[in-house]
Amino acid sequence: MQQDLFMTDDEKRRYKVKKVFTKIGIYIFLIIIALFIVIPFYWMVATALRSTNELGKTSISFFPEVWHWENFPGAFKFAADRNASFLRFYLNTIIVGAATTILSMISVTFAAFSFARLNFKGRDALFAIFIATMMIPGEIFVISNFSTISAWGLNNTYTAMVLPFIVDVFYIFFLRQTFKQIPDELYFAAKVDGTSDFKYLFKVMIPMAKATLTTIFILSMMGTWNAYIWPNLVATSPDMYLVSNGLLTIYRDIDGTGTILNYQMAAATMVTVPLLIVFLLLKKYIMRGVSRSGIKG
Amino acid sequence: MLEYKNDKWKALLALGPTLVLMAIFTFYPIFNTFFTSFMEGYTFNVWYDTRYAIGWLEHFGETIVRTEYDAAGNIIGETSTFVGLGIGNFVRLFKDGTFIKALKNTAIIVIVSVPISVIIALLISVALNGIGKLQGFFQTVYFLPYVTNTIALGLVFSVMFASRSGLVNSLLVSLGMEPVAWISSLGTNNNPTYASALFVLTLYTIWNGLAFKILVFLSGLQSIDKQYYQAAQIDNASRWRVFSKVTVPLLSPMIAYITITSFIGSFKTYTHVISVFNGRYGPASDPNMLITVVGYIYDALAQMSAMGKLAQASAAALVLFVIILLITLVQLWVNKKKVHY
Repeated sequence: MQQDLFMTDDEKRRYKVKKVFTKIGIYIFLIIIALFIVIPFYWMVATALRSTNELGKTSISFFPEVWHWENFPGAFKFAADRNASFLRFYLNTIIVGAATTILSMISVTFAAFSFARLNFKGRDALFAIFIATMMIPGEIFVISNFSTISAWGLNNTYTAMVLPFIVDVFYIFFLRQTFKQIPDELYFAAKVDGTSDFKYLFKVMIPMAKATLTTIFILSMMGTWNAYIWPNLVATSPDMYLVSNGLLTIYRDIDGTGTILNYQMAAATMVTVPLLIVFLLLKKYIMRGVSRSGIKG
Repeated sequence: MLEYKNDKWKALLALGPTLVLMAIFTFYPIFNTFFTSFMEGYTFNVWYDTRYAIGWLEHFGETIVRTEYDAAGNIIGETSTFVGLGIGNFVRLFKDGTFIKALKNTAIIVIVSVPISVIIALLISVALNGIGKLQGFFQTVYFLPYVTNTIALGLVFSVMFASRSGLVNSLLVSLGMEPVAWISSLGTNNNPTYASALFVLTLYTIWNGLAFKILVFLSGLQSIDKQYYQAAQIDNASRWRVFSKVTVPLLSPMIAYITITSFIGSFKTYTHVISVFNGRYGPASDPNMLITVVGYIYDALAQMSAMGKLAQASAAALVLFVIILLITLVQLWVNKKKVHY
C-alpha cells in the first residue's frame, strides 16, 4: 500500500523477504511457548501411564515403555487402601461446588438487582463499601472465619466449606454492570403494565443477563474445583477432602516420605481433564469472565 | 421518575441475607483480625486443654505465670505472659527468624517472577497480535493453565524436575550431561540449592500466570487504533521503535493493571510453593527453604489453639496487608506520572 509510493522494486522485494522472515520468527517463538505450556500436560499423562519400575530409573524415555492404563483404576484402589475414596473427593467437590454456586447466584442476583434497580437511602455508599472490601487480602478473612467456623463447631462439614463463599462482591459488581445496561425505558414500560419490581427482575432482567450469569456460574464452579486453602483448614478428615486436598495428601509411601508418582499423576489427570473439557466447550464465557475479573492474578 | 421511588423494604428483603453473610464473613473479620493482632496472651479457647486456660478478659492487664506441661502431663517449665492489648505480637513477629525468612523469600519471589512474567506475556501478546489465522488456536493453548487445578499442575512440575525419572534430568542425561538436583536430592551430598528451587518455583509461577496476562494484553492491543501503526509505517519506523514508542505507551494502562495485580498475587504466593514441593515449603533436605508470608500465616493458624498463635497469624496478616497497601499506593503514584490514559 503505502510502500508502493516510496519504494523501488528491489526495495520492495527486500521488504517482503524481511517480512516473511519476521513472520517465521514469530511463529517459532509462539510454538516454543505453546510447547512450554503443553508439555506439563503431556508429562502428567505420560507419568500416569508408566510402571513403578520404570519410574525408579534415573533417566527415562519421552514416551512410556508400556502404557499401563490400569494405573487409573489403580489410583482409586490406592486411595481405598489408605482408607480414603477418591470418588468421595469428587463427590465432595461437586456437592460443595453446586451448593456454593447456586446459593451464590441467588444472593448475587438479588444484591445486584438492589444496587442497579432499587432506590433506597445509602445505596451508593453501601455499594462503595462492598467494592472496597475487594482490596483486602483474603488471609485477613480466612483467619477470622476459621475461628468463627471452629467456634460454631462446623469443622468437617459441607456448611463450613460453603457458607463463607456465598457472597462474592466481584460477582455482584459484575452483574450490576450488566443490569445497568438494560435501558430504563423497558422498566417504565413494564411499570405502566403494572409489573412488580421482582416480576420485572425474573421476566426481563435475568433473561437479558443470561450470558453474565453463565459466566458467573462457570467461574464459581471452577473456583471450588481449584479450592485448596480453605478446605485444607476446615476439612481435616479424609471423608471431607476436596480433590486438591486428596491429590496432595493421599499418594504417599506408608512412611510419608516418597510419593507414588504414577498413581498421583493418574489422579491429577482425572482432576484436570474434566475442567479442560468444560473449558473447550464454554471457552467464550470463561475468557469473557476472566478478562474482567482476574481472580487468580 | 426513578429518583422518587423508595424501595426501602424491597431492598431489605433482597439485600438482607447478603448483608447478614457479609457482616459475619467480611466486615466482622476485618475488625476481628485487626483487633486480635493486638491481643497479647490470648488463646483461642474452643477445644483446648483446660490446664492451659487463661481467661483473657478476667486477667486483662496482668502478667500471669503459666505452668507448661508435656503430653504425658509432666511439668516442663514455666512461662510468664502479659495479658492485654499491646504491640507485643508484632515485636515477636519481627524477632522470629522464620517470619523474617518468609518476608525475604516472598520479596525475592516477587522481584524475580513479576518482571519476567509481565515481559514474557507482553512479548507473546504482541507476537499473537501480529499473526492472523492461528491467533485463536494459540490463544486457546495459552489459556489452558488458567483452567487447571493449581495443586495438580504444581505436582506435575515437581515430577518434571524430580532428580530420578524427571523430564529435565532425563533430557540432560540423554544429552550426556550430569543430572541436577533441582528440587530433590541426588545422593547425600548433592542437595538442591536455593537458586535451583527458586528457578523451578518461578517457572511454575510464570507457566500458571501467563494466561490471564495475555488475555488482558491482547484485548488492550486489539483496541489500539490502527492509525498509529500506519503512521509509524509511513515514517519507516523499526519494529523495536514501534514497540517502545507506540505499543507500550498505548498499552500502559493494561501494563499498570497487570503489574499491580501480579505484585499483589505473588506477595500472596502459597499454593504454588506447596504443590511444587509436594506439601512442603522446600526440598526434603530443607523443608522451610522457600516458606512465604502466607505460608507462615497458615502454619500459625493451623496451631491456633496454642497460646498466642491466632494473634501471631493475625499480626502477620496485618503486616501483609500493609505491605500490599503500600505497594498499591506507590504504583498508583507512579502510574499517575507514567501512564497515558
